[in-house]
Amino acid sequence: MLSFRDLAREQLPRLLSLARRLVGDDAEDVVQECLLKAFQKFDQLHDATAAPAWLTSILVNSCRDRARARARRPEEIDFDQVERFSLFRKIAYEDPFPYSDSLHLDFLAEFSREDVRAVLMRLPEKYRIPLVVVYMDGYLARELAEMLGVPLGTVLARLHRGRKLFETQMWEYAEQNGLLREAAP
Amino acid sequence: MISCADAVRQLWEYLDGTVDAAERGLIDEHLVRCRRCCGELDFARELRRTLADAAHDDVPADVLRRLNQTLEELEP
Repeated sequence: MLSFRDLAREQLPRLLSLARRLVGDDAEDVVQECLLKAFQKFDQLHDATAAPAWLTSILVNSCRDRARARARRPEEIDFDQVERFSLFRKIAYEDPFPYSDSLHLDFLAEFSREDVRAVLMRLPEKYRIPLVVVYMDGYLARELAEMLGVPLGTVLARLHRGRKLFETQMWEYAEQNGLLREAAP
Repeated sequence: MISCADAVRQLWEYLDGTVDAAERGLIDEHLVRCRRCCGELDFARELRRTLADAAHDDVPADVLRRLNQTLEELEP
């Protein structure tokens, strides 16, 4: 098997990218922490092909722990209201680009990658982690449940709420950052 | 037939393949008859793509360099 250094080096860009989406400016610190923890537990890794998922698991848990420690107070979110929100219908109703033939696609096109990542950072980590790990990094909900040590149903429920929160925050972000102003025809 | 609200609530799960066969059948049946929910489905698909595309990230070279330095120190 490769040395820890070689295995980890291969994964560093991916781990840093993931950490940036999970904890923003704390990414470097959290990857450092992940490397230290992984090095201490390296004797538990018996198959080099499992290294990417193993390192991801350590990183995701480090991100979760850090976000929990920094949370000022429990998030108060009206999920009844969030559940009723539909971004598709909101765009159709508000019609932000009256001259558009493809209103919904035009709405999405206003978002740069940085904008999308900024929207994700508005979500509580409990909901951000599933969206990032499953929809951006391609892990299965079942795999994330194993990483976090929670039941699959918990991850599926957080994914559901996370998606709805993401939709509401996409709209709010667009309003607050001037993405809904149509260029003059 | 299920309502639009019931269909829309499960569209992402439908795209994820995490609804069971019976629910999938009900949503399929609804989508055949409901143009608006087909629009919602297409939008959900595009929104997922937007999210996935945002994963591409140019990580800062200086941070990578420092992290590589950490690795060197851990295992010279």
